[in-house]
Amino acid sequence: MVQRSTIYSDEKLIKKLLEDKDLTIEDALDNEMVINMGPQHPATHGVLRLVLRLDGETVLSALPELGYLHRGYEKMAEDMSYIEFIPHTDRLDYTGTMCNNVAYVLAVEKLLGIEAPKRAQYIRMMIAELSRLTAHMVAIGTYAMDVGAVTMVMWTFREREKIQEIFDRLAGARFTTSYTRIGGVASDADSVTIKMVRDFLDQFHSALDEMDKLLLGNKIFIDRLEGIGVLSKEDAIALGITGPNLRASGVAYDIRRAKPYLFYNEMDFNIPTYTDGDCLARYWLRGDEVRESVKILYQILDKLPQGEILANEPKHTLAHKAEIYTKMEELIHDFMIINYGINPPVGDVFFSAENPKGELGFYIVSNGSGHPWKMKIRSPSFCNLQSIAQLCKGAMISDVIAIIGSLDPVMGEADK
Amino acid sequence: MEMKETIVEKLKKNFGDTVQDVTDFRNELSITIASNKIVDVAKFLKEDPELEFVMCKDVTAIDWATRKNRFTVVYHVYSFKNNYFLRLKSNIVEETPVIDSVTSIWPSANWYERETFDMYGIVFNNHPDLRRMYMPEGFQYHPLRKDFPVLGIPGSLPLPEKI
Repeated sequence: MVQRSTIYSDEKLIKKLLEDKDLTIEDALDNEMVINMGPQHPATHGVLRLVLRLDGETVLSALPELGYLHRGYEKMAEDMSYIEFIPHTDRLDYTGTMCNNVAYVLAVEKLLGIEAPKRAQYIRMMIAELSRLTAHMVAIGTYAMDVGAVTMVMWTFREREKIQEIFDRLAGARFTTSYTRIGGVASDADSVTIKMVRDFLDQFHSALDEMDKLLLGNKIFIDRLEGIGVLSKEDAIALGITGPNLRASGVAYDIRRAKPYLFYNEMDFNIPTYTDGDCLARYWLRGDEVRESVKILYQILDKLPQGEILANEPKHTLAHKAEIYTKMEELIHDFMIINYGINPPVGDVFFSAENPKGELGFYIVSNGSGHPWKMKIRSPSFCNLQSIAQLCKGAMISDVIAIIGSLDPVMGEADK
Repeated sequence: MEMKETIVEKLKKNFGDTVQDVTDFRNELSITIASNKIVDVAKFLKEDPELEFVMCKDVTAIDWATRKNRFTVVYHVYSFKNNYFLRLKSNIVEETPVIDSVTSIWPSANWYERETFDMYGIVFNNHPDLRRMYMPEGFQYHPLRKDFPVLGIPGSLPLPEKI
């Protein structure tokens, strides 16, 4: 007791500790406790806030709170021309920027009723798949880091860096690409870029195998994920889950196959599915998807046709700057598009594309003017997050991290 | 083409005048339903063995600003069985922007309806948890309404006091 008094200077407290001999650590944890996780938390992938009600270490209920990154893109879009909104799509899912660019311009093209040339479509498909690789590399790496395997994130980010370099050469930016244009793409993929993609793919196989060896031989990693956060097939459909999370629950639904856009109908690829629906299945599924994307990329490189990269639709697509400066017709159209917009017909369309996180949909209502009357972004992360409350119920508090990581939400997209 | 006719025929047969309008733009079918029957139609679309629209992908609204029926609530539903995608619309008036919630039919509509309530102030009857989705509690306005300025309203968001 002499020693204890040196540590605790408060005499009242020492007295209480001496009298309450039965006071144990279980007493403190016995009662229900409400803790606040986030919005600033390294494992919530952004600014997601969860309010957890705990009984000991078991989660009784989880309440997600969103809106910490709400920037009002839907409101801003109503005050912008269709072309002005392209850079803002980068900021939705900022791990797979090119996929968002592609999905948005395809939605506008559907509204306009025009189509980009075949080469542009192939380049779009190439960058969308490369972008899927970067997004899955981030997802796998940070997921492994969340559950304790820190080395993985270094390896995946090393591979991701090589893709960013390809984007740098193609679009002039590594991260905020804004590469697609209505009716085509911003710049052509030259032979150096194609070679960079091929070189990257050739060495990517062995890198993937290395990563698998690193994680799948790790008993701690497997034990932390297996059987955690099980989402049944029926629940996944009822809750509106899409993308890898839906396929990990056993529904072979991929928009690239169900409603093929671009030239995915010409590509030969599988849709990997797992029936377990747990965190480990969601991890494996992303790894399988990466391999399928590599398969698609090789086919794209082999089939890449020659030709134009911008549609010949002078009233809807902006011409190249060199032509605007030298040709009268292009100058007039440029003036009209910049000042009055591309004026799609009155109507509304919903276009959705298969993004790394799930189904990204754009619902655009046009009243015939240069601005969209309404634009709704159906973001996959938002819909996938809806399942968190159900998945966390009854789980241990350490599993909450694994569940969030396996759903792979990006808050830039969920909060719009 | 066939699927479209089947859906419209079935709805017209079962609900008659409830089906107010059918449009087809860019090969997308949208059907306008009377707002008081939306739950019945939703239940029918989900449970009919030929249709099985089991997934609700999105719920949102359009603010038409000057029309008599100011708001249109838009539902996007999907059928895995037929690989078919359908849009339901329902017009509601400005004075009482109220519609029944479809959360009991499609649980995923829970958050979509919360978001629509937050952004447009449309009240969903029988919703289990109708709170704001993005904006803070106690915010007075509904940002996606056309009468809300893009730059925001000064003083509408409580900020920490200057020291």
